[in-house]
Amino acid sequence: MASSDQILQYCLSGLSTGAIYALIGIGFAIIYNSTGIINFAQGEFVMLGGMLTVFFLSVAVLPLPAAVTAAVLVATLVGVIFERLAIRPLKDAQPITLIIITIGGSILIRGIVMLVWGKDTHALPAFSGNEPLFVGGATILPQHLWIFVITVLIIAANRLYFHHSISGKAMRACSYNARASRLVGIDVKRMVLFSFAISAAMGSMAGIIIAPLTMTSYDVGVMLGLKGFCAAIIGGMSSGIGTVFGGLIVGVLESLGAGLVSSGYKDAIAFFILLIILFLRPQGLFRKGETERV
Amino acid sequence: MKRELLKFLLFAIVVSVVPAFVSGGYLLNVLVFVGIFTMLAVALNLLLGFAGQISLGQAAFYGLGAYMSGVLTASHGMNPWVAMLIGAGAVGLLTFVLGFPILRLKGHSLAMATLGLGIIVYIFFNETVDVTGGPSGLSGIPNLTVGSFVFDSDLKNYYLIWGFALLAILLAVNLTNSRIGRALKAIHQSEVAARVLGVDVHLLKVEIFTISGVLSAIAGSLYAHTVMFISPTSFGFNVSIELLTMVIIGGLGSIYGSVLGAALLTLLPELLRTFQDYDIIVYGLLLILMTMFMPGGLVRGIPDAAVALYGKLKGGGADVER
Repeated sequence: MASSDQILQYCLSGLSTGAIYALIGIGFAIIYNSTGIINFAQGEFVMLGGMLTVFFLSVAVLPLPAAVTAAVLVATLVGVIFERLAIRPLKDAQPITLIIITIGGSILIRGIVMLVWGKDTHALPAFSGNEPLFVGGATILPQHLWIFVITVLIIAANRLYFHHSISGKAMRACSYNARASRLVGIDVKRMVLFSFAISAAMGSMAGIIIAPLTMTSYDVGVMLGLKGFCAAIIGGMSSGIGTVFGGLIVGVLESLGAGLVSSGYKDAIAFFILLIILFLRPQGLFRKGETERV
Repeated sequence: MKRELLKFLLFAIVVSVVPAFVSGGYLLNVLVFVGIFTMLAVALNLLLGFAGQISLGQAAFYGLGAYMSGVLTASHGMNPWVAMLIGAGAVGLLTFVLGFPILRLKGHSLAMATLGLGIIVYIFFNETVDVTGGPSGLSGIPNLTVGSFVFDSDLKNYYLIWGFALLAILLAVNLTNSRIGRALKAIHQSEVAARVLGVDVHLLKVEIFTISGVLSAIAGSLYAHTVMFISPTSFGFNVSIELLTMVIIGGLGSIYGSVLGAALLTLLPELLRTFQDYDIIVYGLLLILMTMFMPGGLVRGIPDAAVALYGKLKGGGADVER
């Protein structure tokens, strides 16, 4: 039987992957709330983050901080281009059209990455060594700490942006009522572009900080993206604390399931949760009446 | 309806004489797969084109049909026809029961739920090694037989599978002109009006979902008995996307469009052998470009484009005359 130390261990590593799912889920929520689109290409930004960092480190031989910055910038650019070329031309499209377009975009991005960098799995070095740290009876890696710290920083920055800056407040206004926002002089199209840029940047950052733990390859985006979506659904598509909890719940349950039941079914766990939530509480676990939406 | 039947008869005649003009056994083999994918694309089109409900998990039903047939015949020595029937029945039951909660969802949630379902089933194909053989696959699946007649050559399988595909097309054509088809049209016009007139919208969606699932399962059984070997990769997420691309290329709601889509996407990779592995990029581009520029698919898009071009030429000519 599993000891309490083991359970602690599973929970800790579950929390760190859960933090990643939370970041990806918030990316989904930001785009959804400003456009009503579920961006099926969200996972590809995550993949791009990891793959681009590997590229900038090994081929362009940049130091780590520069490589990370460059990767986030390029991924953000991809997000912006995607919005301009594929999303903006379609005004008032049916949801089904938008689903198909973003799926098309997602497999196109994945395909191009496969074409350019091949199908190999790449490892990203840990940000600060692999010396394990002891927490109670469990161990964690310095990379886990990096994940927690960066996630908290990103969520805090997000909060600051959406609540204390003019363009952040404008984006929130768009999510409540695009037409009214246009009437008071907000450039709604620009806000949509911003939402794609922000979620691409967040997604790529998530992909970068998880890559040293899980490795990265052209096809990691599918699973990470879907689990991020699962987090967002649990959180009721809020870009706030609900989705963060959603991510952590998925991460911990998945990690416990993999450790205590069977690692082969690990990926299935997240989807069982997704289906159950969609069937029983499609509005999210925490949503009652008015919830924060950005 | 008469016109539809005529169209169908013409198509059936074309299908039945094609082997006479195909010399290479290889091309015939590819055409067998076109038949299987035709069934799958028609099944998805019923759901997507007529009922307006997306499914990104079609490969799961296809795979369940194939694995039911494979496991029951290869591991338990059951008669292939009986196995096919059990497979279709089981998938029908599954889609009917799951259809009720799943089709309450709309748009993105529905897409994600079906996608999730597809991935769960795919994981089970890989992990239940004792039953399915896991990632290395399941072999020793027998061919279908009628008495002492064995469907063991490409030519025999061509007629077998296209026979089923034609039945599927006939079913789909009939369905769109039936009570269900008329009700679906009413929903497209106004869901509220349809409801008021007593159309049970939700049940209707579930029925279509079930029919689509059963057709896919039968296609899966046929695949298993033709290829005699199955492995999970034939039923993964990419296959669901491939099916979606076929339907979009052919045109939502166009049955023969789905045939065209299935034929194009099955033949193209075979002709462009060097692009192996990269066909997924082509699918991505096709999905984006078709949805943006030819939302009616090839079947409607090409005549429209021709008319537009003709109009432009004529208009241009008039300008010159003036």
